[in-house]
Formats: sequence, C-alpha cells, structure tokens
Amino acid sequence: MAMSVSNPLVLGIESSCDETGVGIVRGTEMLVNAVASSMEEHVRFGGVIPEIASRAHLNEFVPTLESALSEAGVTLDEIDAIAVTSGPGLSGALMVGVAAAKALALASGKPLYAINHLVAHVGVGVLDGGKLPENLGALLVSGGHTEILQVNSLSDDVRLLGATIDDAAGEAYDKVARLLGLGYPGGPAIDKLAKSGDPKAIRFPRGLTLPKFVGTVEEPGKHRHDFSFSGLKTAVARCVEQYQKRGEEVPVADIAASFQEAVVDVITSKAVRACQEHGITNLLLGGGVAANSRLRELLAARCASAGITLRVPPISLCTDNGAMVAALGSQLVSAGVQPTGLKFSTDSGQPVNLISLVA
Amino acid sequence: MYLLAIDTSANASAALLDISDPRGVLVVDSFTSTANNDHAEVLAPAIESLLGKSNISGTELDGIAVGVGPGPFTGLRVGLATARTLAFVWGVPLHGVMSLDAIALDAVAAGVNTEFVVAIDARRKEVYWARYTASGRLLAGPNVTVAEELPALPVYGAGAGLYAERLIALGASVVEGFEQLHPNAASIGTRAAEQLAAGDQLLSTEPMYLRESDAKVPAVMKGKML
Ligand SMILES: [Zn+2]
Repeated sequence: MAMSVSNPLVLGIESSCDETGVGIVRGTEMLVNAVASSMEEHVRFGGVIPEIASRAHLNEFVPTLESALSEAGVTLDEIDAIAVTSGPGLSGALMVGVAAAKALALASGKPLYAINHLVAHVGVGVLDGGKLPENLGALLVSGGHTEILQVNSLSDDVRLLGATIDDAAGEAYDKVARLLGLGYPGGPAIDKLAKSGDPKAIRFPRGLTLPKFVGTVEEPGKHRHDFSFSGLKTAVARCVEQYQKRGEEVPVADIAASFQEAVVDVITSKAVRACQEHGITNLLLGGGVAANSRLRELLAARCASAGITLRVPPISLCTDNGAMVAALGSQLVSAGVQPTGLKFSTDSGQPVNLISLVA
Repeated sequence: MYLLAIDTSANASAALLDISDPRGVLVVDSFTSTANNDHAEVLAPAIESLLGKSNISGTELDGIAVGVGPGPFTGLRVGLATARTLAFVWGVPLHGVMSLDAIALDAVAAGVNTEFVVAIDARRKEVYWARYTASGRLLAGPNVTVAEELPALPVYGAGAGLYAERLIALGASVVEGFEQLHPNAASIGTRAAEQLAAGDQLLSTEPMYLRESDAKVPAVMKGKML
C-alpha cells in the first residue's frame, strides 16, 4: 500500500471514558476533531457511570464518524491508517470504540493501530506547535488519570515516573464537589468558587509527601513521584462534618480553595521534582484538569523557577478526543511502526510502555 | 445474493449466507467463538476470514443482519457497533433481528407443534424470554424475569437448561437437545432472509437492553450532606 510516510492521513477513534471522539490528522495538522460527550447524562450521578457511557458510545459512533469525514472533506479511501484507543480506560467503553474501529479497518482495508490513551495525550502536542522537544516529560491530570511520564521517544520509549495510587485528581474534585453540593463536573465548580475563598484557611493533607514515601534522590522512597487523593477527600468530608456538628455554617469557598491548593500544590511540586531528577527540561500538560486555573498558574510558576519550559495545548485537545489518537497514530506511521491488525483485545490497564499494541 | 449475519447476544458469532433462494437459505460459512468474553477480540477477524474464504467483498453483500439482544450488554454492543460500522462503510442495508428469534427458528425447524417459549440466561437469577406461535411468530416479549414467570409451555434454549427443575415444577417442559442452545448468527441470518423474502419489516439496530443502567443517584447529590 502506498502510504504517505511523511504526512500520513490518519483517522483516530477515542472511547475510553465519556467522550466519543473521531479526529482526522494529516501529519501534524489537525483537519477535524469531532467529539460527542455523554457528560450531561452523568451529572445527576456526580460521576461517570460506565454503562451509561458505553450506551452513548454505541449511539454516537457512526454519526460522529460521519460528521468528522464530511467536516474534513475526506473520504475513507484517502485515509492512510486508522488508530483507536485500546487502553487504559473503562473496559466496556473501550470495547465499543475498538469494535467500531476494527469494523472500519476491515471494511475500508486500512491498517489499524491500537493506541495507548495516555501517550495520545502527549502525542496531541504535535498538533499545537509541531515536533515535540527533546528531554520531554508529561503531566497528565484528568478524571480518569494522574501521571507523570518521561517521553524519550513518542514512537518507542515512554516511561511512567509516577501515578496516583488511588483516585485520579479529577475524581477527587468530583467527590469533593459532591460533598460541598457543587454538582458535576467538580473541577470547574471548585475552581470558580475557590477564587472567593482563602486557600490557607484549612491545612489539608498532601498525599504521599511524608519522608517514608518520598525518600531522597539517592534512595528514593516507594512513592517518590506518586500521588494519593483519597485521604484528602476523607479529610474534606471530616472537616465539613465538624462544622455541621458544631452547628456552624460550612465555609464552602474556603474549603474549596484549601482543597484545590492541596491538590495543586502536591501535583506541581511532585511533577517539577520528577522533571529535575530525570533531566526533563520540557513539560507538556494534558488531561481535562489542564483547564484548572490554579493548576496552570502554579505549574507555570514552579516550572519557570526550575528552568522547565511548559507547553499546554488548547483545552479542546487536552480533554479526551479523537484527534489526539490520530496525532499519535500519525507519528507511529511516520516512524515506521507496524500496525496492530484486527486481533487485539482492549486492555483497560494498558501500561504506557505499550505505546501501540504489537500485532 | 449474500447476507452477512452477526450475533453477540451470547458468544460472538458471524455467518455468511447465500439468500438467492429464500426457501432454501444456504449457510456458506459460519463462526462461533468458544469463549463468552472475547467478542471485541474475535468478531472482526472472523468476519474478515468468512468473506475472504468465500472471496466476497463487503460491497457485494445484499445486507447485514444483526442480533439486537436481549443479551449481556458489553458483548451485545460489540456486535451492534461492528454491524453498524460495516453497513455504513460498505453502504449496504442493515437489519435488526431479536436474538431469541434465532432459537425460535431452530425450534420450528426441529418440529415444534404448539406455542412455545425461548429462554436464555440473563444472569442475576433471571432469564430473557419470549413466547412464540407454533410457526415461530413472536407473540409476547422479550421479557426479563425469574423462571417462575414463564408460561407452562415447552421451553427452548439455555435458559431452560439452567432452570430445568423450577420450570418443570410450574408445568413447563424443557426441550431435549435445546438445553444448552444460545442464539447464533446463522439462525439470525436465516430468520432475516425469510422475513425479507416475505416482505416483513425487520427491526432497527437499537439494542434491547431490557434493563436500566442500574446507576444510583448518590445521597449527597440529593442535597443530604449540606
Ligand atoms: Zn484522558
């Protein structure tokens, strides 16, 4: 098959959580990024309900594909390759996208790449500023994941430096927003309210920052670059209860600001330390929580003082979408990576070193 | 004339049928997975091999028929996402068939002569079931209930094998040879071909979940916390 290796036209499919995404990319140029979200349907539950997300993916896939193709003005014949998220993510949700992607590849005769969702959050960077710099790291923060990655090569060498050992940061926002009666999604609600609160009002715990977890540069602790947010969530719940027990009004804005400060403080300090200790001089921020104003502010400041160049793609590319999958797919095609074919299965825990599944 | 049939309401299955003669639908080739949890993995390669071995390209198909359930949700969606996408790309007509109809067709072929019931496992101690005339026309259902809700009729399908004692206790009977039977693509395709030839309207490919998503609104969302 004659494939344009320098500027391949790649269609990417994403269904790992509650966004059904189809994006089309030519090389590092984005042609379309069509996304249908079932977010509204999860609002009353205060979090993503996997079965509801999976049902929505099935309904949305073909219409989203159709609109992506027509908006980009390309036909399936012209596509060089198809890429789909095979993991990590919600298993039932992943299966809808993977089944559809396989059918699309089979029906169109195009090669199929089964792609790592986390690495795709990094790969999307090429759509905003072209080729990624050397000495690259990535901080991914969303409702489904919180990781620090070292990206030596987008096509064949990505390592996990740290990750959450319990809740994702965005999940902690959602749970605390529920406690405070702020609705779903929690991130924007807390971010907004925090602006009118005092971030120093309550000193909430910073997860996994004790010396026994962190260790030293020479002798790193087991969780030096890892995160934990479930203790923080419990601390917020206890704090709210105490005000209520005393019959006092709950200072919601102060709690929101103090919670947000605890999350953002620990994320940014750990990310910057991981960068410094691994020779990372360029950091890319990804995931839906990249929209958080305090995270962006504090990360920018701490990166600047550490001499790290921070790159934040537009928010529409930071949240889950199909263009990021296409962008990584296009990089893999250009690097000569072999397609996965049709026989793979989804991997809800796909590790970052599996950038794409091997046939 | 060729029809591709897909059903994932139980194990993943696919079949290629020659429907040139509606009174003698011919199953050219078929595939049924031996595992019940590998739908997303095996279905597309199976379809590729069915078509490849018969040297038929997707655009030559006269239609795709797919089982719309009821059945376990995750597997069911794999078949539906596959069928919808193939039909979209190839530009061929897409037809939905209620998955229990596949077993009804097999029951009629085996010579049933009364009204009967088809039942399969719905997990959570329930069965998916429907009631048919002796000629295999759907009378009622599909439903999802405990075995005790079934009428006292011959019961075909794996649901009968699973709850044999309880069905017999209520006056129903378990039909021998059918106690392990699940819906499969070859029967889905045959049923679709017969209905198409008769000019019947087939179903859309809306899944028959029969159950809600089971999501619960948390207490704190109802404003109990603050
Ligand atoms: Zn993500």
